[in-house]
Amino acid sequence: MLRLIFCLNLVWLLAGCDAADHAREKLVITGSSTIAPLIADIARRFESQHAEYQVDVQSGGSSRGIADVRRGVAHIGMVSRGPDSDEQDLQWYALARDGIGMIIHQQNTIAALNAAQIADIFTGRIMDWQTLGGPAQKITVVNKAEGRSTLEVFLKFFALKNSTIKPQVIIGENQQGIKTVAGNIGAIGYVSIGSAEVAIAEGTAIKLLPMNGVAASVDNVRNGSFPIARTLHLITGAKLTAAARIFLDFALSPAVHDLIEAQYFVPLQR
Amino acid sequence: MPRQYPHEVIKHMHTFRDRLIAWISAASVLLITLLFLWLVLDIFFKGFAGLHWSFLTSAPLNAGRAGGIAPVIVSTLLILGVCMLVCVPAGLATAIHLSEYTVRNPAAARLIRRSLDTLAGVPSIVFGLFGASVFCDLLGLGYSILSGGLTLACMVLPFMIRAGEESLRSVPQEYRLGASALGFSQYSVLTGILIPVAMPGLSIGLILGIGRALAETAALIFTSGYVLRMPESLLDSGRTLSVHIYDLAMNVSGGEANGYTSALVLIAILVMINTGARILTQRIVHEVHI
Amino acid sequence: MSRSSADLALRRLTLVCALSVACILGLITVFLTLASLPAFTDIGIVAFVRDLAWYPRENMFNLVPMIAGSLIVTAIALLMATPLGIAAAIFLSYYAQGFVGASFQRLVELLTGIPSVVFGFWGLVAIVPLLAAWHAPGASVLAAALVLALMILPTIILMSHTAITAVPESYRHAAAALSLDRFAMIFHIVLPAAFSGIITAVLLALGRAIGETMVVLMVAGNVVKLPSSVFDPVRTLTANIALEMAYARDDHRAALFFSGLLLLALVTLLVFIGERFSSVRPEHATAISPRSDQTHAHFP
Repeated sequence: MLRLIFCLNLVWLLAGCDAADHAREKLVITGSSTIAPLIADIARRFESQHAEYQVDVQSGGSSRGIADVRRGVAHIGMVSRGPDSDEQDLQWYALARDGIGMIIHQQNTIAALNAAQIADIFTGRIMDWQTLGGPAQKITVVNKAEGRSTLEVFLKFFALKNSTIKPQVIIGENQQGIKTVAGNIGAIGYVSIGSAEVAIAEGTAIKLLPMNGVAASVDNVRNGSFPIARTLHLITGAKLTAAARIFLDFALSPAVHDLIEAQYFVPLQR
Repeated sequence: MPRQYPHEVIKHMHTFRDRLIAWISAASVLLITLLFLWLVLDIFFKGFAGLHWSFLTSAPLNAGRAGGIAPVIVSTLLILGVCMLVCVPAGLATAIHLSEYTVRNPAAARLIRRSLDTLAGVPSIVFGLFGASVFCDLLGLGYSILSGGLTLACMVLPFMIRAGEESLRSVPQEYRLGASALGFSQYSVLTGILIPVAMPGLSIGLILGIGRALAETAALIFTSGYVLRMPESLLDSGRTLSVHIYDLAMNVSGGEANGYTSALVLIAILVMINTGARILTQRIVHEVHI
Repeated sequence: MSRSSADLALRRLTLVCALSVACILGLITVFLTLASLPAFTDIGIVAFVRDLAWYPRENMFNLVPMIAGSLIVTAIALLMATPLGIAAAIFLSYYAQGFVGASFQRLVELLTGIPSVVFGFWGLVAIVPLLAAWHAPGASVLAAALVLALMILPTIILMSHTAITAVPESYRHAAAALSLDRFAMIFHIVLPAAFSGIITAVLLALGRAIGETMVVLMVAGNVVKLPSSVFDPVRTLTANIALEMAYARDDHRAALFFSGLLLLALVTLLVFIGERFSSVRPEHATAISPRSDQTHAHFP
C-alpha cells in the first residue's frame, strides 16, 4: 500500500512537471456522442492552426454537455437538439443540420408511405404490410428511446405522443437502428439520413423512403426541401472565455464545412 | 510436483453413464467452441483487411474512418497498467486476508465477500458515473488515464479477489501446518508456499481481470474520456480501444471496417498479455519447485 | 505461538486492503443514493410500482417490467450457461488431452476480453436476424439470454476449472482405489468438493449478467413491457440506464439513478440467496469437502 501511494505521488510529480512544460490553454468540450466525432475533428484542425490551445473533446450525452457547462466543468457543450424552455440561461449556437428519414428493409416492396400511414403503423393501427399493398409480413416497429432528440423530432413531425406508439423494438444509436432494420424484413424505423446513406452505399439491406414526395437524401436536407430534420448545437454559459470564443468562431465558420460534410451532416448557410 | 491426470489413474470407462458424461461434456465444448469461433472468425475476416503496420503506428483521421490507432493503443496500455498496478497488490492482499485471516471473524469475511459479489453486478455505466464524480471531480484528477485506470480497478477487483481467494483456499491445509511446524513465519509460508502453489488459480484471476479491463467501454467514456491525442502524462485524457470500437460502431457512419480491425488488434494485445502473464506465473511456480 | 512483527504487519496490511475494497461498494451506494434523492422526494417510491407505464417525459415511472426483465434475462442466461460451463470445465479437467484442452482454454480466455459492444454487435447482425426469420421481431428475451450466456461462459468455465483442479488428488486416488467409475467420481466426489468454487463462479457470472448493459441494449428489443414469451422484446434496468442516461434531465435522471440503486439491492438479494443455496449442499459432500467450515483454510 505504501509503495502504491509512493508510486501515485511519483505519477503526480511527473504529471505536474509535464503540465508546466506545455503551458497551452486547455479548452474542454463535452456532450452528445452524435456530435463528438465531428467536434473532435474540428478540434484537431483548430489545434493545428492555434498552437497555443489544447482542445479536449469528451462524449457522454447531451445532458452531460448541459450539466458540465452549467457547473463550469466544460467550456463548451454539444447538444443534439434545440433548447428547452428551462434552458434559456445558456447560449445556443446552431452547428449543423441532420435529416431524419424513414427506413425499411431493402426487400420490402413498399416504395413510399404518407404521413398518415406512418402514424397508423407506429400507433399499431396497421400491423401488416399487406394492408398497405406490400408483402404478407408482420410489421416490426422500431422506435427510439425516450429522450433521444431524433424521437422528439419524429413525434413532433407526425404529431404523436410517445405513449401511444406501439413499438416492437426500441433502439439507441442510429447504427443499431440500421442493423435492426437490415436484419428484419418486416421492420420500419427512422434514422439520420447521412448514416443511412453511408450504410446503403456499403451494401446494407435497407432503403430510405421519401417523405411528402421528397427523396430522403443529404442533398435534399441541404437545400431545405426535406421536411424532417434536427439541428445540432454547441452551447456555452452566459460568459465566454477568450479561448471558447475563438473556437466557436472557428467551428461556426465555413472553414470547417468540409469536416461537417465528412461526417454526413449538413453545414448551415449563414 | 508433476500433475497426474486422473485418466492415467483410472483407465476404465466401461459403464454407459461414463460414456454419456464424456459425450455430453465433449458436445458442450464443441458447441461453445463453434459459437466462439463464429464470433472470433467474424472479427478476423472483417478486420484483417485493414490491418497494416501503418494502422498500428499512425494517428486516426476523419473520426477514425481513416488513419491508424497508435494513440489509442498507448492509452489502452497505460490505463491497463494503472489498473493492474492497483489491482494486483490490493487484490492479492484482500484475497490473502479472506482465505487466511478470517477464521476468527467469519462475519466480517462474509460481509466483504458479499460486497464483492454485489460489486461484480454493478453495471459499468454506474461505475463510470461514480468514477467521474469521485476520481474526476472530488479528487480533481479530471478526465484522465489515472481516473480511468482507478475506476477500472474498482470494477475488476471482485473478479481478481474471488478467483484468488478460491485458489488460495484450495491449497491443502497440511502445507500450512507442515510449514508452521517447521517454524516458518507466515510471510515465508505465504511467499514460499501458498502463492506459488495457488499460482495457476491466481493467474486465472489475473487473466479474467485483464480481460474485463480491456473490454470495458461505458465506465471509461465518463472517466478516461474520448480524446484521440497521444497521451503525454497520466493526467491526460485518452481513449481506449474498446471506447474507440464503440464509437466507430455506433457513432461514426462508415467506421465499421476500422472498428473490426481495432477489435482484432484488441484481441492480439489480449493474447500477448495473457501469454506473458502465463509465462510469468509458470516461472514463479517453477522456481519454487526446483 | 509467537508472532513476528512482519507477520503482524502482513496481517494488518491485508486487513486494510480488504476493508478498503469493501468500502468501494459503500461509496457507490452512497453515490447512488445521493444522486437518486429527488426520486424519493419528487417522484415518490410508490410511483415506481403504481404508475401505468414508463414514460418519464410524461411523468410515468413504472419500473416493474424492467425489474422483471432483468431477472428473467439473467435467469435464462444462467440456466443456459451454468450446465454448459460446468460440462466444459469437466471436459477441460478430465477429458481434454494436451493440445485440445490448451487451445480450448486459450479460446475461452480470449473471450473474456472481447468488448461487450463487439458481442452486442455480433448478436445484432448474426443472432437477431436468425431469430427474426423464425419468430419476429428477433430482438427478444431469447436473443439477449443467448448472447449473455455466451458472454458469461468464460467466467464460469475458467473458475469452475480452477475449482475442479483444486480438488486434492488423494480424493481421486481414493475413488480409483474404490474402483468407482468416472461418473461416480465426478458427480459424487469432485463436483461436491469443488462446490464452493463453482458457486462463486456462478455468483460472479450472475453479477456480470445482471450488470451487463451493451449486449442487452443491442439485442433485447428494449420495449418496456412484461414479456409473455421468450420471443417478446424486453428491457432490463441496465439497458434502461444506458439508453436514457445520456439524455435524461432532473427527475428522469434521478429515476435512472434510483434504478441503479434498485439493481444493487437486487444483486445483494441474489447473492444472499446464492449463499444460502451454497450452504445447503449434499450430506456426503460436507463430510469430505476440504472447505467445510471445520477445516477452513487459514494460517495455523
